[in-house]
Amino acid sequence: MSAGSVPSGYEVKDPGYPTSQENYLTNSKGILSWAFTLDHKRIGMMYLIGVSTAFLLGGLLALGIRLHLFAPDGILFNNGLFQWLAPDKAPNDIYNQVFTLHGAIMVFLFIIPSIPAALGNFLVPVMLGAKDVAFPRLNLSSFYLWVGGAVFFVMALLASGLDTGWTFYTPYSTTTDSSVILATTGAFILGFSSIFTGLNFIVTINTMRPPGMTWFRMPLFLWATYSTSIIQVLATPVLGITLLLLIAERTMHIGIFDPEYNGDPVTFQHFFWFYSHPAVYIMILPAFGIISELISVHSHKRIFGYRFIAYSSIAIALLSFIVWGHHMFTSGMSPITTIIFSALTFTVSVPSAIKVFNWVATMFKGSISLTTPMVYAIAFIFLFTIGGLTGLHLGTLATDMHLHDTYFVVAHFHYVMVGGTVVSFLGGVFHWWPKMVGKMYSEAGGLISAALVFIGFNLTFLPQFILGSRGMPRRYATYDPEFAPLHQMSTYGALILGVGLFVALFVLIMSLINGKKAPANPWGGATLEWNCTSPPPFYNFERAPVVGDPYEFGDIRWDTELDRYVKVEPEREVVPSETPAETPAHAGE
Amino acid sequence: MATTDAGLVSDAHEQPGHGHSDHGHGDHDHPSYLAHHFDTPEQQFDSGKLGMWLFLVTEVLFFSGMFCAYAIFRAWRPEVFEGCSQFLNTKLGAINTGVLLFSSFTMAWGVRCAQKEQHKLLTVMLATTLSCATIFLGVKAIEYSHKWHLGLLPAGLFSYDPSNPHPVGGPNYLAYICAPFAIITAGVAVWLVVSFLRGAKFQFECAKPLLVVCLCFFVGVGLGTILESGGEEGHHEGDHAAVAAVEGEHGGAAEHGEEHSHEKEGEHAEEPAADAVVDLPAAGAMVNESADLAVIERLASDATNTGLQDELAARRAQSQQSAGGILYDVTDDTSATIASAPEDVLRPSRAGVFFSIYYCMTGIHAIHILAGIGVLVWLLVRSIRQDFNRNYFGPVDYVGLYWHIVDMIWIYLFPLMYLIR
Repeated sequence: MSAGSVPSGYEVKDPGYPTSQENYLTNSKGILSWAFTLDHKRIGMMYLIGVSTAFLLGGLLALGIRLHLFAPDGILFNNGLFQWLAPDKAPNDIYNQVFTLHGAIMVFLFIIPSIPAALGNFLVPVMLGAKDVAFPRLNLSSFYLWVGGAVFFVMALLASGLDTGWTFYTPYSTTTDSSVILATTGAFILGFSSIFTGLNFIVTINTMRPPGMTWFRMPLFLWATYSTSIIQVLATPVLGITLLLLIAERTMHIGIFDPEYNGDPVTFQHFFWFYSHPAVYIMILPAFGIISELISVHSHKRIFGYRFIAYSSIAIALLSFIVWGHHMFTSGMSPITTIIFSALTFTVSVPSAIKVFNWVATMFKGSISLTTPMVYAIAFIFLFTIGGLTGLHLGTLATDMHLHDTYFVVAHFHYVMVGGTVVSFLGGVFHWWPKMVGKMYSEAGGLISAALVFIGFNLTFLPQFILGSRGMPRRYATYDPEFAPLHQMSTYGALILGVGLFVALFVLIMSLINGKKAPANPWGGATLEWNCTSPPPFYNFERAPVVGDPYEFGDIRWDTELDRYVKVEPEREVVPSETPAETPAHAGE
Repeated sequence: MATTDAGLVSDAHEQPGHGHSDHGHGDHDHPSYLAHHFDTPEQQFDSGKLGMWLFLVTEVLFFSGMFCAYAIFRAWRPEVFEGCSQFLNTKLGAINTGVLLFSSFTMAWGVRCAQKEQHKLLTVMLATTLSCATIFLGVKAIEYSHKWHLGLLPAGLFSYDPSNPHPVGGPNYLAYICAPFAIITAGVAVWLVVSFLRGAKFQFECAKPLLVVCLCFFVGVGLGTILESGGEEGHHEGDHAAVAAVEGEHGGAAEHGEEHSHEKEGEHAEEPAADAVVDLPAAGAMVNESADLAVIERLASDATNTGLQDELAARRAQSQQSAGGILYDVTDDTSATIASAPEDVLRPSRAGVFFSIYYCMTGIHAIHILAGIGVLVWLLVRSIRQDFNRNYFGPVDYVGLYWHIVDMIWIYLFPLMYLIR
């Protein structure tokens, strides 16, 4: 609207710190002002605390698994220490419950909501220059549904545990006496939480973009969030009905999945993976979005191949719906079906590789600052590449027969989920932390955490590729002595990884206590969120932001006197941003 | 629609300065119905409508899982589906289809009323839609309670006994279903009287249509009862015809395992046949084919029962083909398999899966009707308060969309469940 009349659109020098106006953290006080807030930033922060707690719980369970597997016969859950937890069960049943809850908590409570619900909630409206998401009340209800789902999971944990694996495969899930109904109810509720978030973001991005922000002038994080939301809206209802039918199967024996009543367990697997394969893209796509932002901002260079990255997000979202069968190559599908699913699986590697190439090309000849977020982003590229390429081994029919249900699969998805999503989540948190809380963290501490996470992670999961290819099956509480050295390496790695994560947490918490005030734009970013103060005011922007090119870094300079980034008048000829066809955003491609 | 949209657009243009610049603190120039984070009513309407459509997408996908299960199991056991479908009362299903279609019509009319600011008519339309919803539930209550009484339940609970299809006693399911509605109706009636006596005009205006809506549930129950027992005899014969048909259509099911039949045999021993007609098709362990045919002949003598007449003709044709006196079996099965086959089809694990899917789909659909009733009541109260105008009718429009999808799902359920013989 007003973009034409004020072409430069920016103050030459931003105030650098919150002005007299209250920000979103301080504009109202008290627990209730948080509990009933409709502000997307507060909801995002509550989500961040929630998913971090779930991550801590799931991580402790993971450490328990790794410690138990330090010796071939197991050392933790079979020595009577934990026997009081389940006195009527075999010792290794506790191990089964621990890895099940690790998986279920990590997938449903942590990874799926981590980036979209926590960072996405905070960033999507700010990046759009909007005051809030389209449906603030739906947003809050999404958070409380998440809390409700978490309560059900904790109830399942306290009642009689869960030992089905996070996949709830029938017929075991219809016969085991553990708390399948509580856990599936929790997952069902979490599904609605996820749907509400996705629906909200699709509508927000569609209808609340400011004048001048065309689809191809959106930051790539928004493209990634949009693709994620499409999957959330289209896939999650199928999980909902599957879990509902599973609950009905356990209570009324409806005979759809339970072979005892002439049901078909493979139908359950199809239904389950129709959601859960797209779900892994719910986990990884927003990570791609974060990495696109981080690489570009910290290389101070225009993102390479903007349109390719944007389209590849959508392509991955669509392809994700037609490859679920590759989880079931050994479940007894017809040969022709397996071949088709295998071929389709390979197609996913094309858009994924496009992204990796474009990130590397963005870094090429950029002026890279090795800040904490950037180090995490580079670690991501390295780890995700390994995770992605080992996926091809599993998508190949012949090798999958050998590798299915071995540690190779465990290592592969941890490389994608932890090396990909969690590392980028951490990078994103470090990147936007100054914006979220208005404090700078210790850069040295952040770098130490990144190094520890990278080393610990690789030490944990690289040996598991070798274990798996040598035939170590997943989910076993004991193993042959020949696997012991690699398992011990993995356990040491897990401990280092755990230390690295605690260092990251410590660094962030310390920044709240003694961090110095964050400027509005600590990294020299060009997306809209760096135009509002840190932390943002309640309605995000003092004045309507003028939409510029999200990846034009030419007019953002480091001012050594002020010790922060400032916006300078562009030296090039100013092109009115209302005519996108002529802007450098497109001329550059 | 077109005129109203134009109205919205012009309204947006009338407020050119209404951008992000006045970031929310100045709610003074926002109309009361416009949320603070939207700039224009048009933007708010578009957001709501897109959100509703996306929600409907999730609804369709939610049901798609069950449609998928339906397709898989019907493809595997067509004889079970066709046989069991005859336990469903087509008349009741058809009535409910008509009722829902009519309610969609009144809902759409209501949206138009909201757009044209016809407040009185909008209230009438919403109340009519609600009444149709409760009539639907009333009819459904009859259907469900009757089937529960017969033991036509999901696989694990299936206890239908062809030799004793109408067990005496058992809980009065209809009363259980009606009780909460009766309590609500009584509550609304008390509310109506109290608000009238206290002169609370708005509350009285709300309670009036709501009482009608509540009473319509019992209209539905009555309607269902009349159609269900409209010739109680005929209906019972319908059940037996279904048994006969199921027993006759064991076809491909015969080769499946027998491990569950013992459950049924135990029940047979205990329950003597109560009804004279039942004796004929009841022989679970040894089917008397000619007696079976006799039942069908007797039932087919009713001129209205065209389906069974076709069935009879088909069986006669089959019996002519088969040489050894086997009436309706054209496969190469041994006679022992044939004798146990009808029981095989009606075994809980087989017939049950049809009712599993029937209850899952219609049950979740009924839950959606209940949710629709909830939001429609909210709309009704708001329409009595005259909240809606030509610039703000979004909620009516969104609920209308939701109501249409609930209607549409039923339109798929009806033929898939009731009309597959």
